[in-house]
Parts: sequence; C-alpha cells; structure tokens
Amino acid sequence: MVRWSRFNIASVVLGFGFLYLPIVLLVIFSFNESRLVTVWAGFSTKWYTQLWYNRGLLDAAWVTVRVALLSATVATVLGTMAALTLVRYSRFRGRVLFSGMVYAPLVMPEVITGLSLLLLFVAIGLDRGFWTITLAHITFTMCFVAVVVQSRLLSFDRSIEEAALDLGATPVRAFFAITLPVIAPAVFSGWVLAFTLSLDDLVIASFTTGPGATTLPMKIYSQVRLGVTPEINAICTILIGIVALGVVIASLVTRRREIQRDRDERAAFAVSS
Amino acid sequence: MKSLGSIRRSFAPWADPASKPFISFRNVTKKFGDFTAVDDLSLNIYTREFFALLGASGCGKSTLLRMLAGFEQPTSGEIILDGQNLAGIPPYRRPVNMMFQSYALFPHMTVENNIAFGLKQDGMSKADIAERVQQMLKLVKLEKFSKRKPHQLSGGQRQRVALARSLAKRPKVLLLDEPLGALDKKLREETQFELMDLQQELGLTFVVVTHDQEEAMTMADRIAVMSHGKVVQVATPAEIYEAPNSRFVADFIGDVNLFDGTVTGAEAGFVQLETTGGIPIRMMSPDCFAKGMRVAVAIRPEKIRIGRQAPAHAPMNTAEGEIWDIGYLGDMTVFHIRLKDGGVVKASTLNAVRAIEDPLGYDQEVWISFGDDAGVVLKD
Repeated sequence: MVRWSRFNIASVVLGFGFLYLPIVLLVIFSFNESRLVTVWAGFSTKWYTQLWYNRGLLDAAWVTVRVALLSATVATVLGTMAALTLVRYSRFRGRVLFSGMVYAPLVMPEVITGLSLLLLFVAIGLDRGFWTITLAHITFTMCFVAVVVQSRLLSFDRSIEEAALDLGATPVRAFFAITLPVIAPAVFSGWVLAFTLSLDDLVIASFTTGPGATTLPMKIYSQVRLGVTPEINAICTILIGIVALGVVIASLVTRRREIQRDRDERAAFAVSS
Repeated sequence: MKSLGSIRRSFAPWADPASKPFISFRNVTKKFGDFTAVDDLSLNIYTREFFALLGASGCGKSTLLRMLAGFEQPTSGEIILDGQNLAGIPPYRRPVNMMFQSYALFPHMTVENNIAFGLKQDGMSKADIAERVQQMLKLVKLEKFSKRKPHQLSGGQRQRVALARSLAKRPKVLLLDEPLGALDKKLREETQFELMDLQQELGLTFVVVTHDQEEAMTMADRIAVMSHGKVVQVATPAEIYEAPNSRFVADFIGDVNLFDGTVTGAEAGFVQLETTGGIPIRMMSPDCFAKGMRVAVAIRPEKIRIGRQAPAHAPMNTAEGEIWDIGYLGDMTVFHIRLKDGGVVKASTLNAVRAIEDPLGYDQEVWISFGDDAGVVLKD
C-alpha cells in the first residue's frame, strides 16, 4: 500500500481542484431552484425541462452536431491520407515541408486560422453559413487526425500489407481489407477527437459563420453576455455528460480488448507448452 | 517414403546441361542509393529444387528473395521465371508466394480467413475455398484451430498458419524468408524435416533464405553462399562442406582449421607445401599450384586425428602440441590443441562408446595428424 504523505495529498487536492472545481460548480448550479445563478435555493430539474422549450438553443445544438459529424468524417479521411503519405513515402521531395505544413495548424492561434479562413471565403465569394463552418472545422481538425493516425502507422508491421499483395490483392484491396481494419482504432480515435474539437470550437466558428448558422458554443457565449441563466448551466451539464460518457466508453472498450488479448495469449502459451 | 529417398538421391538437374532452369537471375544488380545490395548476380534454380540462400545479415539474400516476390525491382539485369521475364510485374500478379519472417498473419482474421484470403482474391467459389482451406488445415495439422485469431496461437502454430496460407494458392515457387527463425531449437529441427517432406509431397520449388547454416545444410538440395551481394559458391551441402572453393566459404560453413603456407612442389594430383609454422604438408588437389605460391589448407576438425605417439608418416602432415581446452558435447568431444609453433588446432572425436579407457586430459602432449585427402588446398 502506498503511504500518502501530506505533499501527495496536497498535490492531488490542488490538481483536481483546479481542474474540476469550476465544472462541479456549474453542474451543481444547473440544479438550482433559483433564477439567480450564484444563490442556492434548493434542488430542481426545471431548467432541464425548460431547455426543451428554448428553440434557439435546440437549433444551435442541432447545427453543432451536424457540423461536427460532417467535418469529423471528412477530416478523418483527409487526415488518414496525409498520415499514410507521410509515413509510407518517407523519401519524396519536400516531405519535411509537407509534414511541417500539416502540423502547423496545431500550434497556429485559432484567431489567425479563423481570420484567414474568413478572408478566403470572402475572396472566393462563398456565402458564409453552415458550409463555411464545416469547411473551417475540417481544416483545423484534420491535422489532429493526421497526428493520431501517423503514430499508429509508425508501429504498423508493413509485412502484413506485403503479404496481402503477395497473395494477389491489388494495393487498393490490400488497404481496405488489411491496413484499414488494423489501424481502425486509431482512425476512430482521430474521428472522436475531431468531433469533440468541432463541438467545442467557438473562435473559428465565430469567424466563419453567417446568418442562420449559430453553433451551440456561439449561442452560449452570446447569451452569457446578457447574463448567465441556469438554462445555460443545464445545457453545459448535458454537454459535459455526453463528452464524459464518450471518454469512459472509449477507455472501457480499449481496456476490455487488452484484457481479452492478454487472456488469449496466456491460453495459447498454456496449450503449446 | 523409401522411393522418395531414392528420387531425391538421384535428383541433380543442375548437373544435366539439357535441363532448363526454372528461375534465372541474369546479371541482377540492386542498389539502394549508394549501397549495392546485390551485385551483378547470376543464378539458376531448377524445378522441384529446395534451394537455400545462405549468408550473414546484409549479404543481399533477402533482397534477392524480395526481388523474386516483386517487392523490389532490380536496378539492372533480369529475372526469368518459367520462361517469363518478371520485369514490371507487380507482386499480386506473380505465380510465387512468400512466407514472411514475421509470419505477417492478418491479426484481425481467423486462421481460416487468413488461409482463404489469397483464394478469395482469385475469385474462387465459396465451396472450393472451403474445401481448399480444410485441405490446408489438415496439411499443417491445425484443423482444431480454424476459428482462432493469430494472437490466440503459439509461435509454432502461427508458423504453420503462415505456411498453409502461402501454400493455399498452389504457387509454382514458395519463397521462405527465415521460416524457422522465430522457433526454439527443438521445434526448429522438427519443422525442418516437416518442410522437406512437404516439399517432396507437393513437388514444389522452394527458395529459402537463412543465416543458419545447419538449417540450410539439412533442408536444401543446393546452397548458394552469399557475401556482399555476390554468390561465392553454389553447390550441394556436401560439396560446400567438403570442397569449399574459398577461404570465405570454408570458414563460414562449419568449423575449420586453416593452415597458411607456401607451395614447395607438386606431383600429379598432389600439392606439397610448408606452413608458416614449418609443418610439411602433402595434400590431394585437383588444381595445380605453382611453386612459391601462397596457399591455405582447410581441414575440418573431425578429420584430424589425435595420437600419443608420432604417426608412421611423420613429419609429413603431422604436428606436435599439447591439449589446451576440452569441450565435451555429448555426441562428440572438441579438443583445442596448442602446437609447438604457437598455432591452435581444433580436432573433434566421436564418442562412439560410453566409457573411454584412459581419456585424453588437459596439458597432455599429443601428436595431431591427418591423411593426404583430409583437406582442401585453397588459393590465398
């Protein structure tokens, strides 16, 4: 058993405090009876019921989900392709430049990404709205997918792909029958990451949006300027719930797979020896 | 099985000038940047041959195999398989299959589906695929494991799946890249003989890459010893061992004693020389060597006799020394004998009886000697 020194306890309390105190407060106050956000007046779920009658918030939520689904899917395809190119064709001219350019958006300030995208959309005369937000989200989430998939590909045993070619599969068929299923967990994590990033984004969406396409973060932000309502707390709590559930399910799936694999391998060795 | 043995004994298409090679490498060179992996190499392999490419890592043997499979293209030269030039033909259209060193099993597929993969690519009917898969599972004795995934199998079982998968399409040639490298010693020895039986039974041409000389000697009809992208010698295991054509081959295959010396005279079929340590040697040799030429005599440890007295033919082919080290291996004993001239000679004796009376001990004064047909004279 590990002995808990005072230092250890202090670090854990401080760490978790900084990370989760604001969120816990938000969740608690979403169940507040009172309209005043900072005064506790008893437990109630009425703000959750009221959400259903707030058309503006619901519309914004629907836009956000659609943007996130579409942009995450396209970004996953593009990001996976970029990762494949970077790992497989390690000797082509301009590879360093290309990989640097794929990763630049990771560290680029969002304001700059947003602004430059806005300028582009204005320049080519694209009407701003749902589609421009989606395009912008594809742009900035793609590099995250590329990073995740690339790290998986580095440990990928290429001989299984060669084996598929050797057995008569064309390169395209080998990719879909062998490579993709094997790297699928990484591709899926990349998709989840892109989805979450798109769901959260306020800055880039604000730059690239147009009339009729307000995402949930934008809606929340604009309402907060008029004063925080318990309704906002409620919808944020639901968002937190969804994200937390996703994370828990993802890690459970991974863990279960690992345990199963361990058990199988032990069984195999028991049989052979 | 007896008849197979006799077929095998008389199997020597390479010695028959009328027989046509099945696989031909013609002046094949492969460069990776500045590095030359295969250097102007020519080689013929015949139908139903069990052919081994043997060499240390980096000698180009795997590159040669990968060029045959189609994963690498030769920089120059051509590869002919069954009369067809393989240039420009991608791996998925070649009538060869490969068994990979890492086995390269598809981790997300069952044993059954791994074996069926190649057949599905050919558009074979479902019933035919099922039948062939059963056949293959039976061949490698894995019927009970058809529904398992690769990670649920032991190393030996995985090796069998890889073998079954590469044989399922009935390729004209099976390429094996270090097929037994990942198995432990006992299993490896068993599997060597299984592979040989399988090759005989199916009547296929096998090309195996290995760095393990024992493995190559056991399994192959012929061995190509490779070094720095070139073939140094191609011959049967017995020829390679008993008549190496160079110091490199003599030294690479098995244990050997190399006596450096200078030719002092020659008579029909024999060479006389004196070693740098002053031992006079008379050795049978089909080659002629001029007087004064620097040569080396290669003699295998088991062909050196150890005696307590000088033999009758002394001082010819004889040297005096003392026993320096003794290695008891069970089936035989290896002696390291330090000669008067300072050199060390390895000699081994077979332990054919259980209890040896008065065995040789450390520091004992002995005479080593060898017959005039015991070794090979090599150009230095």
